[in-house]
Amino acid sequence: MGRKASIKLLLEVFTSFFKIGLFTFGGGYAMIPIIERDIVDKRRWMPREEFIEMLALVQSVPGPISINTSIYVGYKVLGWAGAIAAIFGIIIPSFVIILLIAIVFTDISSNPVIERVFKGIRPAVVALIAAPIVRMAKAIGITWKTAWIPIAAALLIWLAGVSPVYIILATICISILWNMFKKPNNK
Amino acid sequence: MLYLILFWTFFKIGLFGFGGGYAIAALIQHEVVDVNAWLTVTDFTNIMAISQITPGPIAINCATYVGYSATQSIIGSLIATIAVCLPSLIIMGIICKFLIKFKSNKYVSYAMSGLKPIVLGLLASAALLLANAENFIDVYSYIIFGIVAIASLFKVNPIMLLVLSGIAGFYIYA
Repeated sequence: MGRKASIKLLLEVFTSFFKIGLFTFGGGYAMIPIIERDIVDKRRWMPREEFIEMLALVQSVPGPISINTSIYVGYKVLGWAGAIAAIFGIIIPSFVIILLIAIVFTDISSNPVIERVFKGIRPAVVALIAAPIVRMAKAIGITWKTAWIPIAAALLIWLAGVSPVYIILATICISILWNMFKKPNNK
Repeated sequence: MLYLILFWTFFKIGLFGFGGGYAIAALIQHEVVDVNAWLTVTDFTNIMAISQITPGPIAINCATYVGYSATQSIIGSLIATIAVCLPSLIIMGIICKFLIKFKSNKYVSYAMSGLKPIVLGLLASAALLLANAENFIDVYSYIIFGIVAIASLFKVNPIMLLVLSGIAGFYIYA
């Protein structure tokens, strides 16, 4: 590929993810169908089977799902340069918007009208976080026998103030050891 | 020094942020509110609301906002935002470069089998940590919570729910 062509492609990767970053609300899962339409259907950078396989990957590595997706697609199209162009594309819109809000909000957050509005909004935020728990529990097949695992994790973080980092590290170690020693017995 | 702590904090959030979105919220809250006291629970809840009604990933939005409010500078914002993306770039870059068959790796699937229920616990703790007396000030808070939770189960648009709750707050707390 010529230099001119690769610069053009780099810009295309950037603008594609810039648009995705600008028009998708609510983070990772909401972005997936929009990314799919743009990357698979419109620009044909990747076949659908690979996209679906990639979805499983980006959810099993740490970090925001949309960031992981942008890196994968960018890398596939143009290597490291593509990955970096895609990251910048996806974070610049939210970076600029949130920075402006942060600058303004620190001054107006004590404004009585804003205070009233946010008094109404805060319990709603808690509800938005809590509500998907039921649906997710069903989706990943939590039963009465396994329910103690998420409950114990939540209580350790909430009441005992344990860092989620330790919970995650412990979970990774225990699950790997458990499965390694359990498997031979099953045969 | 503050910039260094900010970088390390958000690097950690990026590195251990499994499950996306609100599952990362418990981790962010632990680091930003409990450990470093950059924000109060109320501030943090406000940011979660703002993240929901503005475009972009929640973890990025939080990083940008906290980076600014902890240092009162755009550089702080930039450092936190880059730091939260960096682990992803390193891990995903290595996987892509060496075409690692990550998904079919048995250790990864072992780890994921345990992480899935834990992500649920992270979500629950995020909700519990925010359900404190500063966010639930009176009976109206519980009414708003109940209505929004039910509406959300019926997949009503979350942005609309936040806007309506804001309007409700404006009239209730007049």
